[in-house]
Amino acid sequence: MKLELRGVTKRFPGVVANDHVDLVVESGEVHGLLGENGAGKSTLMNILYGLYGADEGDILLDDRPLTLSSPGDAIDAGIGMVHQHFMLVPVFTVAENIVLGVEHTLQFGRLDRQRASREVRELAERAGLPVDPDVLVGDLPVGIQQRVEIVKALYRDARLLILDEPTAVLTPQQIDDLFEAIRAFVADGRSVIFISHKLREHQAIADRVSVLRRGKLVGTADPRTTSEQDLANMMVGRPVQLVVDKKAAEPTDVVLEVDNLVVESATGARVVDDVSFNVRGGEIVAIAGVEGNGQDPLVRAMTGLMPIASGAVSVSGVSIEGRSRKDVLRGGVGHIPQDRGKEGLIAGFTVAENLILNLWDVEPFARKGTLQFRAIDDYARQLVEDFDIRTPTVSTSVGSLSGGNQQKVVVARELSQQIDVLVAAQPTRGVDVGSIEYIHEQLVAKRNDGAAVLLVSSELDEVLALADRIAVMFHGRLVGPWPMPVSKEDVGRLMAGADPADVFEGAA
Amino acid sequence: MAEPGRGKHPVGNDHADDRAVESQGSSEASDEVAAEIAAAQEREAKALRLGLEATFTQRLVAALTGTSVIVTLLAVASALVIGGFIIALSDDVVRAGLLSTPGEALSRAARMVSRAYTALLRGSFGGRSQISEMLVSSTPLILTGLAVAVPLRAGLFNIGAEGQLIAGGMMAGLVGFSLTGLPLVIHLPLAIAAGIAAGALYGWVPGILKARTGAHEVISTIMLNNIAILVSGWMVSTALFRRPDRTDPISKPVVSSAQFPRFVPDLRVNTSLLLAIILAIAIFWLVERSTRGFELNAVGLNPDAATVAGMEPSRIIVLAMSTGGALAGAAGAATVLGIQHRLTMGFSAGLGFDGITVALLGRGRIGGTVAAGVLMGALKAGGRSMQAQTGTSLDLVLVIQALIVVFIAAPGLVKAIFRIKASDLATGQLAKGWGS
Repeated sequence: MKLELRGVTKRFPGVVANDHVDLVVESGEVHGLLGENGAGKSTLMNILYGLYGADEGDILLDDRPLTLSSPGDAIDAGIGMVHQHFMLVPVFTVAENIVLGVEHTLQFGRLDRQRASREVRELAERAGLPVDPDVLVGDLPVGIQQRVEIVKALYRDARLLILDEPTAVLTPQQIDDLFEAIRAFVADGRSVIFISHKLREHQAIADRVSVLRRGKLVGTADPRTTSEQDLANMMVGRPVQLVVDKKAAEPTDVVLEVDNLVVESATGARVVDDVSFNVRGGEIVAIAGVEGNGQDPLVRAMTGLMPIASGAVSVSGVSIEGRSRKDVLRGGVGHIPQDRGKEGLIAGFTVAENLILNLWDVEPFARKGTLQFRAIDDYARQLVEDFDIRTPTVSTSVGSLSGGNQQKVVVARELSQQIDVLVAAQPTRGVDVGSIEYIHEQLVAKRNDGAAVLLVSSELDEVLALADRIAVMFHGRLVGPWPMPVSKEDVGRLMAGADPADVFEGAA
Repeated sequence: MAEPGRGKHPVGNDHADDRAVESQGSSEASDEVAAEIAAAQEREAKALRLGLEATFTQRLVAALTGTSVIVTLLAVASALVIGGFIIALSDDVVRAGLLSTPGEALSRAARMVSRAYTALLRGSFGGRSQISEMLVSSTPLILTGLAVAVPLRAGLFNIGAEGQLIAGGMMAGLVGFSLTGLPLVIHLPLAIAAGIAAGALYGWVPGILKARTGAHEVISTIMLNNIAILVSGWMVSTALFRRPDRTDPISKPVVSSAQFPRFVPDLRVNTSLLLAIILAIAIFWLVERSTRGFELNAVGLNPDAATVAGMEPSRIIVLAMSTGGALAGAAGAATVLGIQHRLTMGFSAGLGFDGITVALLGRGRIGGTVAAGVLMGALKAGGRSMQAQTGTSLDLVLVIQALIVVFIAAPGLVKAIFRIKASDLATGQLAKGWGS
């Protein structure tokens, strides 16, 4: 199915979200859509899915003009969309979810479960996306849930499928599976619009890639012949440094020491299982691993957010056991939490308030229990300048900033304090390329200042670019750390649970 | 500088879409709808940024603090307009004449509404005794309003101001009539302190239950209200409280050394008003200016982020509930020691429940709550004189109060009625941060 957008414009109060966008998606094509957060990708797709009406411009499907005033119209026209967060009912089975809204009923409105189950099974197998129609969706891993979403679109006879940031929730293996599914989908003339801000993914799957910047389409390129650097520059609008520029580490004494650490979940499971490592001042130790392998409880226990079941964690020789979170932080630990929206920031607070969120009761920001707003604002203005936070004023609420700038607020807060240890969990998640570049520079600068930096990330490229030593977590256990260089393939195998002895056999 | 697509942060995205589907499904795509969608998206995203497990109260706080003053004032105006229709339609002659002699009926209706509202206004501001009565009604409402507003800022819905007011009033009264021979400067502060302490304790209970066991404060405060209402009713009939020469449940009178002195002898307005003003100023400092207030607001908006920043939400929960209780206890003391001078069964008269309305109307802000307390007091005092002069039932005031709450709880409704553009509100929203 061929889709054409001509001069599509969408204005929100005070903002032009899409500015005369022209886009052609050919039949049988995987068309990548690349752009930073807030570049207008989601708005454009919401117009295409009938959620918003365009203020100007035309949408043509197979050269026929199309009017979309609701998602129902889009579905009737053969357009399907898989949202970033799935629209599935967890307590329904796969088949029930897929037929929901277009279900066949027997007498007295009873759902024809057998027919639904059979149709879904046949459709899924024909499309090369096998799913068990009778399993509850809530019991499935995210990768399979996504497959259910795709089958759901197929069941509604989608000829054009929009995938909004589909890889954000997937592991590298699941991403490969998804790409297989996408190729199967387009094989018989259907089309896919693939949205992501990861350059590599576009190079792996897209036939053509269009770049949006500040609501405008800045160009369409062939990702196979265009370099990663050129795509990044197009997206950001200026030359971007993709490789982290860092000199050799000059490690000093051990600052952070973790000994035989065991952390148990609420149900008593050993989520961190006998982990030992140390980080010296002036080096970055990175912990790689697929998410959910114990990194989160490890970080939480190390920073005083979760009780230690056994073992020890010490910072500059002092054990953190039994100390409150506040004591641990004031003892020289900085922590960039993995989910800034949930744990790192208070969206309703201003930029200034968020910049002193963990220093609210110390001089000069507070005197005799009273907040000193002038001192807070002065400090905030300084950090906004130092860390290049793009905000109209320091009294703007943080929730209205872009994701990258929100993360810069967190980074500025943690890095501007006197710290010996920095624990950075997924520091660039959901952050645009320009901000990633900046945050990486800041982490390296903190290392060069002599801080012990622990980086926990599921982005393999980030880990390899920043680490001086690298460790891998799998099923609550930690292997390593090994000094760099370690090859990407080796880390990948370790992330999948391979025995280090086998992995490094050849090298040793 | 606004960025394109602002408000469509990845977290808020798909849920905002849900809302958009609903709006779009039923109406044409137009500028207004787009503005509505953008506003809805903002709200949704805001609620979502609180974390996916945002509680009802957190959503309520976000919705309230995201509402502008204009919307609040329009909500009051809308409620008064509907109240006017109710006044007119409640009259037999108007109803009967609507079809046969519409002109006459309409002019009669207009006359009735204007008379009723004039009486309402005169009854609260029309002279020195009216102003006195207005302030008498406002004093406890300001305090119970704050008793709800402070926990609200910490993300807690204190339904228990009624029970806390009863606890405070009972203790203040007990100290007020059982001690004799003390000078006013000792006795009155002692009785006030007893009331505040009892209220604080009665608010501490649901606070500690929430902090330690996770018991929901709405459930526990409702239950504690029932306990307070029934136990206080029983207590005033016991020998400890009951006036010896009476058989009905009325307590001994509060001795004059524990009564709030009046400003002038012939007006009921008294120095409990000063207590309310002093406490309101102290609470303003606590919530808007102090480090504790910073923690309180942080916990209310995002307890996870507050924990990660080194704060302890459980302690803040206990503090907020105890402070709320103390304020309701002060309201009890103000009523018993300032006006009633004795305890009766049901002396609380729903003042604690009215506090919920006051706090919502004040959008959970301290200054706003004080203003809302004065407005509600004026409606109450004016309503009494309206009933006396025009025969319009005092219940109309309750209807207007209820309508105000409905309009405030549904800001989208007010915006739709008055066709306020999302952009007008957005500027108002951006301008105010916490602490300003």
